Amino acid sequence: MTLLEFMPFIVLIPLIASGIVALLPGRNLPWLVTLLAATASAVIAAVVLPAAISEPALSYPFGNWPPPFGIEYRVDAANAFVALLVSGMAAITLLWAPKSVASEIHGRLGTFYALFLLALAGLLGITLTGDAFNVFVFLEISSLATYTLIAYGKDRRALLAAFRYLIMGTVGATFLLIGIAFLYMVTGTLNMADLAERLPELRDNNAVRAALAFIIVGMGLKLALLPLHLWLPNAYAYAPNFVTVFLAGTATKVALYVMLRFIFTVFSPDYSFVVLPLSTVLMVLAVAGMFAGSWVAMFQIHLKRMLAYSSIAQVGYMVLGVSLATATGLTAAFLHLFNHALIKTALFMAIGCVMYRTGSAKLDDLRGLGRQMPWTLTAFALAGLSIIGVPTTAGFISKWYLVLASIEAGAWWLVVLVLITSLMAVYYIWRVIEAAWFSERPAGAAPVPEAPLALLVPTWLVVALNFYFGLDTRLTVGASMAAADALLGSGAGLP
Amino acid sequence: MTVLGFFNYWVVVILMMIGFYCVIARGNMVKKIMGLNLFQTSVFILFVSAGKIVGGATPIVREGVEVYSNPLPHVIVLTAIVVGVAITAVGLALTVRIQEAYGTIEDDHLGDDIDDEED
Repeated sequence: MTLLEFMPFIVLIPLIASGIVALLPGRNLPWLVTLLAATASAVIAAVVLPAAISEPALSYPFGNWPPPFGIEYRVDAANAFVALLVSGMAAITLLWAPKSVASEIHGRLGTFYALFLLALAGLLGITLTGDAFNVFVFLEISSLATYTLIAYGKDRRALLAAFRYLIMGTVGATFLLIGIAFLYMVTGTLNMADLAERLPELRDNNAVRAALAFIIVGMGLKLALLPLHLWLPNAYAYAPNFVTVFLAGTATKVALYVMLRFIFTVFSPDYSFVVLPLSTVLMVLAVAGMFAGSWVAMFQIHLKRMLAYSSIAQVGYMVLGVSLATATGLTAAFLHLFNHALIKTALFMAIGCVMYRTGSAKLDDLRGLGRQMPWTLTAFALAGLSIIGVPTTAGFISKWYLVLASIEAGAWWLVVLVLITSLMAVYYIWRVIEAAWFSERPAGAAPVPEAPLALLVPTWLVVALNFYFGLDTRLTVGASMAAADALLGSGAGLP
Repeated sequence: MTVLGFFNYWVVVILMMIGFYCVIARGNMVKKIMGLNLFQTSVFILFVSAGKIVGGATPIVREGVEVYSNPLPHVIVLTAIVVGVAITAVGLALTVRIQEAYGTIEDDHLGDDIDDEED
């Protein structure tokens, strides 16, 4: 029995632990068990990733029912990479959690952390499963937990944000379900590998086309691709800081993974990019998202909301990589998926530290704070460099590959667009730095102490990771390439 | 098949659009949730219709039954119904909290509040 055989436990540990944590009394014990569960998941995911890269695909049939009849977990480089990202970010954000949660949520925390574990289990389940309907079920598990987590926010507007996310998220998930229904009607199977085998014979079937369209729109909603992004800014802005930090690093990434899995593995790129003008549509939406997101971010007063709009722009970068439909483009998408999780987590953590001390995330309240909370705001500035894409940061690596992929595809004008939106990022990060260091503290404002070490250490850990993965790209680039290869599959040709 | 042969699917499409319209056009949150339910229910009918085999019996093993409906869509719909109920429950719970916090559940009255940058 090696650790590798515990692969399904990446999902099962958080799922089972959530039931236990819900019953635990007090405030510290639930957190401790949650941290242990998330760490255990992350460790197993870290063991599984190298194996998934070197071997074709790990499969675990549930209840010993062989696929395609039973539900199987099917792990290749693509989902092992995303699973490691999600469980790893969960463990790191949990280190940051206690102080921040203590300032925002009162009473016992058993149910709060149980919901967090459910959201985590749902996200990991989506990632690992090889069954199309199972994706829907896990998607709803994680979404339902997420809606309630957002509603924990102190501000009453958190309730409205959660409700709107619930409406839009449910419509998105139901679209996915419709797509799966069409696939099942024409193929009679729900297993993804089996679907991939049967679909090529049905190239001219309208139901298959409708299925692809429904799935892409449904996951586009969850991914916050530009015209479907309306739920995201408010949800991120009013959720408790810990929830925002976690969601920013994981939720949209998993949605992107599902979209890729369907576009590339289930439908195969020579179908999806030919039948629908997918390349054009995704590219237009991605570029629009990059510009609109960055543009709106430049004028936001509320910093969490600013970062949320910036996230919409970053989703644009990822989708841009996908729209090129090349191996390099897909590598860039996976790289940015990983790197953006690190960047946004660090930025939201820094803002969370500010909110812990001042209770406000507004630009005006940040004036002159640079000298009073130097460690926090330096962390913000360094993570800001990463989102801009300064060399030696993780953000640079993903933009570099995106530029490489654009040039390789002969679309040099995309390079210009990426540069322009990066300059917009310079502006919205600079506004914060200017307010923090180059403005005077308003007269009569009470002095603010530096954020506690319990918050600073995890924040700096993520910032350090940003620089580590900016210099040592063996893990990220290697795994992204393997993930892109896994999605493009054995011999599946590109258009 | 004739137009009537697709009767189930016409019902699915019409129900789906009614539900979707409710979700988009209605300001009242309870009505939005009702629309969402209708929207989901239409998908359940889509699944069940797909599993029906003309002249097929219920999928229970017994004597004299050769042709039976595909049971898998039924199982899927059962799961999806559970998901739908959970969403309705969470949505209604949020509505109650919004009523407590704002004193109204009409989205039109609340729209300004959430996008408001001040306070």
